[in-house]
Order: sequence, then C-alpha cells, then structure tokens
Amino acid sequence: MSAVDTTPAANRPAALTVNHLSVLFGRGTSALKAVDDVSFTLGHGEAFGLIGESGCGKSTVLRALAGLNSEYGGTISFQDREVPHKRDKAFFRRVQMVFQDPYSSLHPRKMVQNVLAEPLKIHGFDRPQERIDEILTAVGLGPSFRYRFPHELSGGQRQRVAIARALIIEPELLLLDEPTSALDVSVQAEILNLLKQLRRDRDLTYLMVSHDLAVVTHLCERVAMMSEGRILEEMSAGDVRAGRAHEPYTREFLEASVGYRPIA
Amino acid sequence: MTPQSIDQAGGRGLKAWLAAPVPSSPFQARMQQLSLKWWRLRANPAAMFGLAVIVLIVLVALFAPLVATHDIYAQDLTKRLQRPSVAHWFGTDELGRDIFSRLVFGARITLYIALLTAVIAAPLGLIVGTTSGYLGGWVDTVLMRIVDIFLAFPSLVLALAFVAALGPGIDHAIIAIALAAWPPIARLARAETLSIRKSDYIAAVRLQGASPLRIILGHVVPMCIPSVVVRITLSMASIILTAAGLGFLGLGAQPPSPEWGAMLASGREFILTNGWIAGIPGLAILVTSLAFNLFGDGLRDILDPRHG
Repeated sequence: MSAVDTTPAANRPAALTVNHLSVLFGRGTSALKAVDDVSFTLGHGEAFGLIGESGCGKSTVLRALAGLNSEYGGTISFQDREVPHKRDKAFFRRVQMVFQDPYSSLHPRKMVQNVLAEPLKIHGFDRPQERIDEILTAVGLGPSFRYRFPHELSGGQRQRVAIARALIIEPELLLLDEPTSALDVSVQAEILNLLKQLRRDRDLTYLMVSHDLAVVTHLCERVAMMSEGRILEEMSAGDVRAGRAHEPYTREFLEASVGYRPIA
Repeated sequence: MTPQSIDQAGGRGLKAWLAAPVPSSPFQARMQQLSLKWWRLRANPAAMFGLAVIVLIVLVALFAPLVATHDIYAQDLTKRLQRPSVAHWFGTDELGRDIFSRLVFGARITLYIALLTAVIAAPLGLIVGTTSGYLGGWVDTVLMRIVDIFLAFPSLVLALAFVAALGPGIDHAIIAIALAAWPPIARLARAETLSIRKSDYIAAVRLQGASPLRIILGHVVPMCIPSVVVRITLSMASIILTAAGLGFLGLGAQPPSPEWGAMLASGREFILTNGWIAGIPGLAILVTSLAFNLFGDGLRDILDPRHG
C-alpha cells in the first residue's frame, strides 16, 4: 500500500483549495445554512474524505464543488486558480464526479457505448472507439459491454460504467459521492479496490463523501468530520481507525460506527 | 453477425441473433430491445386488434385504386339511394355514387390528415415542452402562458376559427387541427422534463460540459418520446373526429371529395329513410378511432414503464 500512503509532492500546486465555502438554501429568515464556512486543501494525488451523518452538508459541498450548484459563498480554487461560479468546459474536462446511485445516474435509454462516446464528442477527443474499449477494460468490464443498456447491467456493473464515463476524458480530480452506498457489501469492496487501483494507475486526486467509515478509511489518507454544515476536525485515516478524536461529537460518531460490540 | 447474413440464415438464425446474450453491434442491440417489446405487445389482444385494423386501413388507403370497385366521382342518378347489394357493397349515395369505393378513397384523406397533424403537432409540442421544462425561468413562463391561451379554447372551436380565417380546405383543416393538438403535448413533455431534469443522469451530462441544447435534444427528448408517441396515438382518434367534424360542417374537405365527415354530412338528409349513407362513413370513423385508441393503450403499456 505504499503508493496510497505517499504524501503530496511539495513543489506541485494544491489540486483543490476551498476557502470559506458556504451554501444557503432558501431566502430571508427561513434560509438554511447547509454549508457554513468550510475550508480545506487537497494536495495533488491525495485522497481526502468528508464524513458525517445524513444531512450534515457533505454532499452539498460536493455539488457546489462540481458546479451543480453555482450559488455559494467563498472561493474554490483548482490548481491555485479560482474557478468561476459558472464552470467552463475546461473545468469539467479536469474535474469529474461519480454519483451515489448507479441506478439513476445512467440514462435509461442509452447504450454503454453512447454513454461513453458523449463526453469524448463534447471535448473533441480523437480515437473514440479505441478509448471506449480501453476504459471499459480499465474498469474491469471489457469491450463486450459496449452495446448493453443500463437495465441489462447489475448495480456493480452500472457503477463501473459510471466510473468509466467520468474517467474517459482523463480528469485529474474525481469527486466521489458515496459511490458504494447503493451497492451490496461484496460489490462495494470490488468497486473500492477498483477506485484504489485506478487512482494509482492514473495519478488521480480523490475527494470522497461518505458516512461509512470503513469505506472512507480504505480509500482516503485524510478525513474531515462534518456536522451541521461545518468541518469539526481533520484526522488521518489511522486516527479514525484507532478512534483518536479531539471533538466529543467525532468521538461519539466513531464509536457509534463500530456498532455492536460484545461486552468483554 | 451482419444483417445480410441473417437473411441468409433464415428464421432460425434471426431468432438466435435476437436472443444472443452479447450483442455485437448497436443495430443488433436495438433490434433485441425492439423484439422484446414486440413480444409484450403481442400478448395484448386489444392492442393487436387495433394494430391489425390500422394496418388494414393503411393497406386499403395505399392500394385504393385496386380495392375500389367503381369510379368515385361517376354519378348515376338512375341508381341513387340503393341498398347494399352485390354490385354496390355498401349501397349508393344520393347521386348514385358507390359508397364502398368512396369510403376506400376517403381512408386516404383521413390518414393524410391524421399523419400530417401528428407530424406537425408532436415535434412542436415536444420541443416547446422540453425547452420550457428544462430552461425554466421566464422562458417557461412565456411558453406556458402561450400554451394556456391555446388550451383555453375548445379544440374544435379553435380549429373552426382558423379554418374560417384561412378558408375551407383539407390543408387548412390540417393546420387548424395541428394548432389545436400541440398544446396538450407541450404540457405533457414539460411535466416529464421537470422530473427528468433533476435526475442524476442529467446532472452527470451537465458535469461533462454538455450545452443545454445538447442536453435537451440528446437526453431529455429521448425520454419524452415514448409518452408523446402514446399521447399522439391516443389523440389520433380526436384528430380524426375533429377532421370529420370540420368536414361535416363543410369547412374541411369540400365535395365531391370522399372525406368521411363530408360523406356523413351529405348523408344526413337521408338518415331516416336511407340510414346506411350516413351510417357507413360514421362506422368507419368509429372503427378507425377505436383502433387508434386500443393501439395507443397497448403502446403505453410497453413504452411507458410507469403504467406497465
């Protein structure tokens, strides 16, 4: 696991810097602050995890970063350059996202081949056919899956297609929105190992959101605990596994995640 | 396997080709999906009856000169108002013309009106509805208020007003009916789009840098097409009825055209003494409308999974 534990090279610019990010839903007095003054930095090649309970704002952070929600306060910088609120094509080329539910993230009437060909067309890549074969092999499906419709695929296979779609335009930063939570446990492990291997092979930076500690610590070196729209503290994956936390809420969260434990 | 080689392999090869677990071309994959739908449609007798009637009417319309037994314009006043017989299967009308032959040629006019209306109304409604639903904001407000205005008129009255303004005739009737037929389709497409635009697969394609135009045409429209096809098939019946109604009022097809509504109108005077003159074109309108409705219901079952 040495490749995963490498620290970001000091001379390269930070892949992603988030400064005082805040997102408001609603207006006036009834407005809800879903994300409140969130700041963090992602080194190049790093894997960073955001954890927290449902509704703590972790997915909202991700959607604001991806450009799905352009109404946010604070700044987001990609490779030391601030990105505009309305993202441009160049940004989408380099930052891609994998969604939570593979059953709703693939167009029901599009064949795998068309799903993968579309981003290539948008960004004007050459050799589309070779690239499609290549990426299908890389995500462990193989070219025989080209002419399948999503309803002919299992959940794990769908998520592999979704990962292939995100990676086919060779992004540098991959945003992962609980990519395994809709899958059963054995398939979860397969997808996580695939993500781990792809990161090594393609020199990717990951930002992952999850409520599952085992999933996050398997993939990420650094983890930030979120609650009620704020980041409480940042920890290393080792700290999380060992249950070393400063904040009481984090300690409680970590303990609750261990689940059932027989009385010694 | 290429399409050419299936033809050589014959029926059994085609079956194997359609059942192949791993399709080897986009064409094969689409045909496999289509064959599955065809099997599901075949399990629905009412829809198959509707389809059979529609196919029959289309064939009759295509081969009208071969099917018709008499000249549809030839008047023979010595043989007027005859009952159905071997020489005149459906009898003759008030000018001694053969009703069966006129009915056969009338099928051409009816289908021409129905198809042309569908071809105008469906894409118009689809584009307006999806654009309005996807873009939202003031575009949505403006387009939907226009739709509201059109929907506020009863469709036949709207069609009447247009024909009155443009002058009677089939082409004007088609334009008038299409203008009355597109707003419900736009409403439908907009409602579908509102649920589609929030889905993850649209978010995913947005994150890939696709333009709104590409998203609407490439991703939203394909999702709306099945329900629009179903809707337009179901509204075929009312299109045919409206066309017949305009013909009946003398604002659609003009005599001596054998349009079914016009035939019905001219038979009106003899309805008590010679009922078949009005009854037969009326029956043709009924059967055709019913066939489109039954087929539309069956189509909805296979194309629209939520109702299936």
